[in-house]
Amino acid sequence: MIFATVPFPSFTLESLPQLPKLLVEWLLMLVGAPDWLVSIGGTAAMAGTVVGVFLSAFALLSLVERKTLARIQNRLGPNRAGWFGILQPVADGIKMLTKEDIVPTKAEWLLHLAAPILIVVPSILALGVMPLGREWVPVNMELGLLFFFSVGALTELSVFMAGWASGSKFPMLGAMRAISQMVSYELPLIISALGVIMVTGSLRLSDIVVHQGDFYFGFIPKWNLFTPWGFAAGLIFYIASIAEANRCPFDLPEGESEIVAGHMTEYSGFKYALFFMGEYLGLFAIAGLGVTLFLGGWQAPLPFLGWVPTWIWFFAKLAVIIMSYLWIRGTFPRVRIDQLMRFAWLCLIPMALLTIPAAALWVFTGKGIVSWVVTVPLLLIPWVILTILFNKRLAPATRTYTFADS
Amino acid sequence: MSAEKTIDRLPAVPKPGRWIMPGLGLIQGLVISGKNAIQSYYKKDRMTTIQYPEQRAVISPNFRNFPFLCYDDDAATGLRCTACSICENECPPQCIYIVLDRDENGKSLKRPKVFDIDISVCMNCGICAEVCPFDSIYMDGEYEMSTDDRFGGLMLGLDRLAKSAEYHMKLRPEEASAVMAKRKAEEEKKAAAAAAKAAKAKADLEAKAKAAAEAKAAEEAQAATEEKGESA
Amino acid sequence: MISDSSMPYSAPTLEPGEDDDQLLRVSLGPQHPSTHGVFRMNVVLDGETVVSLKSVFGYLHRNHEKLAENMTYLSSMPYTDRLDYICPLTNNWALAHAVEKLAGIEVPERAEFIRVITAELTRLINHTAFMGFILGDMGAWGSALMYAFREREKILDLFEDLTGARMMSNFMRYGGCRNDLPAGWADRCSIVVNDYGPFLDELEKFLVGNEILLARTQDVGQLPQKTLINGGITGPMLRAAGVNYDIRKVEPYGIYDRFDFRIPLGAKGDCYDRIMIRFLEMRESLKILRQALDQLPAGDYIHPKAKIRNFKPPVGEAYARIEGPKGELGFHLISDGTVNPFRYRIRPPSFINLTLLEDMCLGLDLADVVIILGSVDIVLGEVDR
Repeated sequence: MIFATVPFPSFTLESLPQLPKLLVEWLLMLVGAPDWLVSIGGTAAMAGTVVGVFLSAFALLSLVERKTLARIQNRLGPNRAGWFGILQPVADGIKMLTKEDIVPTKAEWLLHLAAPILIVVPSILALGVMPLGREWVPVNMELGLLFFFSVGALTELSVFMAGWASGSKFPMLGAMRAISQMVSYELPLIISALGVIMVTGSLRLSDIVVHQGDFYFGFIPKWNLFTPWGFAAGLIFYIASIAEANRCPFDLPEGESEIVAGHMTEYSGFKYALFFMGEYLGLFAIAGLGVTLFLGGWQAPLPFLGWVPTWIWFFAKLAVIIMSYLWIRGTFPRVRIDQLMRFAWLCLIPMALLTIPAAALWVFTGKGIVSWVVTVPLLLIPWVILTILFNKRLAPATRTYTFADS
Repeated sequence: MSAEKTIDRLPAVPKPGRWIMPGLGLIQGLVISGKNAIQSYYKKDRMTTIQYPEQRAVISPNFRNFPFLCYDDDAATGLRCTACSICENECPPQCIYIVLDRDENGKSLKRPKVFDIDISVCMNCGICAEVCPFDSIYMDGEYEMSTDDRFGGLMLGLDRLAKSAEYHMKLRPEEASAVMAKRKAEEEKKAAAAAAKAAKAKADLEAKAKAAAEAKAAEEAQAATEEKGESA
Repeated sequence: MISDSSMPYSAPTLEPGEDDDQLLRVSLGPQHPSTHGVFRMNVVLDGETVVSLKSVFGYLHRNHEKLAENMTYLSSMPYTDRLDYICPLTNNWALAHAVEKLAGIEVPERAEFIRVITAELTRLINHTAFMGFILGDMGAWGSALMYAFREREKILDLFEDLTGARMMSNFMRYGGCRNDLPAGWADRCSIVVNDYGPFLDELEKFLVGNEILLARTQDVGQLPQKTLINGGITGPMLRAAGVNYDIRKVEPYGIYDRFDFRIPLGAKGDCYDRIMIRFLEMRESLKILRQALDQLPAGDYIHPKAKIRNFKPPVGEAYARIEGPKGELGFHLISDGTVNPFRYRIRPPSFINLTLLEDMCLGLDLADVVIILGSVDIVLGEVDR
């Protein structure tokens, strides 16, 4: 009888990720729970879905990263635990859980404990505002982008907390590096996102995605990346996001050949695993934001692919971005701290600032042929000047070698 | 320094004075690492990893690991080792320990009573095999020697060291057959020498007997003549 | 420390035990990921700038020289494998060379060729592995190291077939080599040598154009030629600074005077030049290898009268040196006519090249220290002996 009163809401493949939320809401309504409880239950289920999806993605990525790097290095990678090493994350987890948790005597134990927990929280919060599919926006916040950046900045605090609380020198050096790096690279990251806000006219991330929905000539998607200012901003955002996620070649805070493991040196066992997790979730968040801002979020890349559930497109694009991070990690050496800073302040930030007038002109001139004619030189000429400067001053000198005749 | 020739920069590096785009070298690196990643799926010389317990690398017969003692027919009596202690003295890390076997009278039996090699000390140099004048000690190719017994398991005694000549033949046919030929030749030589010695001894004996017989005959003759003389 | 007026940076140093609010005393090593073994640098940092750096070594001391004085000449041969364990065959040769000089032993021609071939293969191994190690120090995630080891493995396979061991070869004897080349070895070696050129091209493309590598290594850790010469630095580190000093040319040993090869020289002597000089040297090594494999004569691999047991060189003294992959590797032997050397002394290139570490690192970043240490190309087994 009661089933008839609360019909189960219909859902499609598109809204599959909503299923836990709908299920919880339906169950709560079934037992006659008050409205506020239903809404809280639904939100909790939604949050649980996001956390669950990204935690499994983290486990998968930890395996995929090792396999990919292994292939780049002509190795096989983990292949003993389960089929193709699929159980390796489980084995890693068990190992991490059973390891001794060491707290150095000189450490401030409370901060030492709090830091790894605090590093996970902002990443999950940031993932909460991401439009993961057309119907899958965990929290559709009006100031989503602002929320993302402000929450993302919290990571620095926990990194510094870890470095300070360890009471050791390598973590301290690592934390100092992390602070200077993250603060410097947050600037180009945010500035390059400003153009998108100007063009879209909204800080709501789902609006930004919807805005990129159309196609030029019926087959080139109208993603922000395929505009002159968007291309420049996307490139800057990409580079800055690598630095923000502490990935190679900008992995100075944990540069293992110099300062052992940076702020994580004095951590072991599950606390270390939490740092690892926080880092990977942060990676998902920053790469996801890049996808949302420049790669059309959950939009299909070609018009006839519209039947595929949109959240698949989001995750596919995310996978592409993350694979490119892995590829870079397998190839590049690490930069030095002063070079890192110089690159951010002398190259990235000026170029990022240029994308703002470019985006403004793009909107002002009506996003047509004229806009291309106007914005391309605006971005290209400074780039050429920068390149010439790089060749003259910053580029390392070319060398000649001689052979002794004797 | 004498006159020097200036060479061009290497092909991978842009020539001096040429305008380069920043980041070109990075892209070049990415191309190479990407090529390696993709080719590792189908090119044998890219992916050289061997899945050890299931697959095994072809190990050169010349590979040496720990020494073994060679015996000819029977492990107890056929050991070639004469406990001369040359290897014990030459062993750089001093990991060989030999006790000569003696009978109840204290006479050397020319074989080891104890022959221990501590393979936790042994550094696989092969000098023992090189200096052995009796073709007794050789380097083994066996490499799966790990054990959970730190002390007993790594101290190889005669029971684990002694291996047959056939094993050696299987391990390194060339070396072993050369050694066998040499030993055979030596044995033949020895046998020939022994035969010659025996023949000589026999001849000696015969000669002695003959001499004795002659002497006896002479004696007898003398006695006879004496008898004759006496009788006459 | 050799004082030099051109020292780039001078700042207040921290005496042991003294404390300072501005300076940070960090002990890099002995447990540190990139000290190439158990090596320690007591670094005083001002921010991340190195104010003072004191090297501490001896963690891997194995008493090799004293041990060698108490064992026969032959018995110390396998220990030389463990000095610089990346390139055992050149170490073998250096000791054999010294003993041959001491006892006046002739080496047959075929043995000399075998020695040159193995030594040049060892140089390839060392320099290739160096590329991987220094990229590891720079924080590249091991890709260059794995490519280097992939190719190094092919040479190690050759060594395994020839000497019986991949690294601990114990191959040279006084008067030749322990055994002859196995059947077909020279052909397999030619294949490896011919395949090495393309690999070097690829590795070079992978590394030397990389802007990050250029930025990290150029103008890092250079010293004036005078300082290097006064410090006794040898090998690629010296030649990278443009000093034409290669013992293969300066004081040819073995049969090096028969081969046509050139000595590459750098101009600045920074870490980048050290990398490039090694690339160029590898190509010259390939040239020597091709010539040696072509001309390989038949004959004895060891002098027929060479003694294995009870070897007693006459009373005397000898110092012999070779151009090891890392620099001048010399052995000084004094014989009192018994089976054991009276004095046995090694001149290790790694150790002496390391002595100028502080001069190279002062005023640079902590991250540069690691690269400079890598560019010196040390093996702690040889430093501490």
